[in-house]
Amino acid sequence: MLLVNCPYCGARPEIEFRCGGEAHIARPVQPSALDDEAWAEHLYFRTNPKGTHAERWLHVHGCGRWFNALRDTVSDAFTASYTMGEQRPDAGKEGE
Amino acid sequence: MRRFSLPTLVAGALNAHRSWPRQWRDPEPKAYYDTVIVGGGAHGLGTAYYLAKEYGLTNVAVLEKGWIGGGNSGRNTTIIRSNYLYDESASLYEHALKLWERLSDELNYNIMYSARGVLMLAHTVHDVQSLKRHVYANRLNGIDNEWLTPAEARAFCPPLDISAGARYPVMGAALQRRGGTARHDAVVWGYARSADAMGVDIIQNCEVLGFTRGSGGAVSGLETTRGTIRTRRVGVVAAGHTSVVMARAGLRMPLESFPLQALVSEPVKPVFPCVVMSNAVHAYISQSDKGELVIGAGTDQYVSYSQQGGLHITTHTLEAICELFPQFRRMKTMRSWAGIVDVTPDRSPIIGKTPVPGLYVNCGWGTGGFKATPGSAQVFAHTLATGEPHPVNAPFTLDRFRTGRLIDEAAAAAVAH
Ligand SMILES: Cc1cc2nc3c(=O)[nH]c(=O)nc-3n(C[C@H](O)[C@H](O)[C@H](O)COP(=O)(O)OP(=O)(O)OC[C@H]3O[C@@H](n4cnc5c(N)ncnc54)[C@H](O)[C@@H]3O)c2cc1C
Ligand SMILES: [Zn+2]
Repeated sequence: MLLVNCPYCGARPEIEFRCGGEAHIARPVQPSALDDEAWAEHLYFRTNPKGTHAERWLHVHGCGRWFNALRDTVSDAFTASYTMGEQRPDAGKEGE
Repeated sequence: MRRFSLPTLVAGALNAHRSWPRQWRDPEPKAYYDTVIVGGGAHGLGTAYYLAKEYGLTNVAVLEKGWIGGGNSGRNTTIIRSNYLYDESASLYEHALKLWERLSDELNYNIMYSARGVLMLAHTVHDVQSLKRHVYANRLNGIDNEWLTPAEARAFCPPLDISAGARYPVMGAALQRRGGTARHDAVVWGYARSADAMGVDIIQNCEVLGFTRGSGGAVSGLETTRGTIRTRRVGVVAAGHTSVVMARAGLRMPLESFPLQALVSEPVKPVFPCVVMSNAVHAYISQSDKGELVIGAGTDQYVSYSQQGGLHITTHTLEAICELFPQFRRMKTMRSWAGIVDVTPDRSPIIGKTPVPGLYVNCGWGTGGFKATPGSAQVFAHTLATGEPHPVNAPFTLDRFRTGRLIDEAAAAAVAH
């Protein structure tokens, strides 16, 4: 079981959380303006990296808030937790 | 290839089976192959086998970064069935089931296909309705699946508790009698041995690191840990690592990779005659010929390549199994493990072309592709050899995520099997 660091509550066991998948996928402001390719990319295509992954977590059995985290998908170790709206802490260095 | 037969076995016994040749070669990679398969799991090796056997293509290599069968092919719980809901899936998995039925003969290798029956339990009115819907849909597709009353289910599977006081009362069950299990390693080895005998090079410890591209962006070769290999046709069959391999060709995939776990108990005498699954409590169980109870757990909730899932996932599954079968509470668990499964948004596989000319992919089997092995391999070989999909895999395109023609088997795949 992972220890997940909620930016509001601190480190708590994973069963208190729900993982919301890849982070920073902005919903298109006007979906009807997108072609099928771009809409499919938004809905279904994911980075799925072997390495650093930015992902959303919900502290569902705690404060009830969403936040983002960086985790290494090989060791499962978290390297950062940050609040929604904040920039990815390793921005520019993704895909290492 | 020395065939297995009564005379060769007797002859072998006379010198303590020391005279058997190695089952497949360990060749150095050649500079050029007509077709290269990336991934030496059962799907990849099977593809090479059918390329050689049915399409006469023998200048073929299978590149495997570790050892063959070290991925999900050697880590799964070996449940086989074809009772999927939608026509497209029913025809794909039934195509495979028909091949399973004669695979030992075809490969001259005992893959231990055992049609012991797959029983799916209904614990709620909703389960009853949805399983009956599956039974009717399957029958319309000519696939055996039948509805059993609780008493009939218990007659088929005596360890089942059908009393009203059970924690999860059994309200009936759907039974596919032709479903069952097979020996996963034997499937890998059987395909490898026959493919090798027809000239296919199986190259282990050879990781694909990148692609070289020729005119029009078409694939012209592969960079590997054992040097550059030229080829014009590549089939990627890399399961949990598909996104990683495809990223090396500049492609993003509609996939996420999760650890999926399984565990086995200490071996005991035969106590469990069939496969039982329960979608509602999320558990399934069978007994291997070695005597171990084989239990499948769920996936972790996050993307991971750690090949080691969370222990609370297996604990949860054991709770469900012990509620269903309290008699197993005192048994010991021998070991648990995980494989990395590649999951698509509609829980159906992708078998076909990619936007890169010469690059084909067979992936997205997620938690349930072992059962499809021979069918998947055969239709993928057809696609590689002819450049066009077989009618059976035609709906399973990568393009369906753009067109919206999804094949939503989320319900059929609700339990990871
Ligand atoms: C615990 C568990 C239980 C399961 N239970 C069932 C079940 O009961 N029934 C069922 O139908 N299915 C089940 N499955 C799913 C099933 O195991 C898979 O769908 C199936 O085995 C996939 O076969 P494959 O040959 O495509 O993949 P794999 O056997 O994983 O083969 C892919 C190969 O590609 C290699 N590879 C990856 N990257 C590279 C690279 N860059 N270069 C070279 N080689 C590379 C890997 O090393 C690997 O050997 C289960 C899976 C797991 C993990
Ligand atoms: Zn919190």
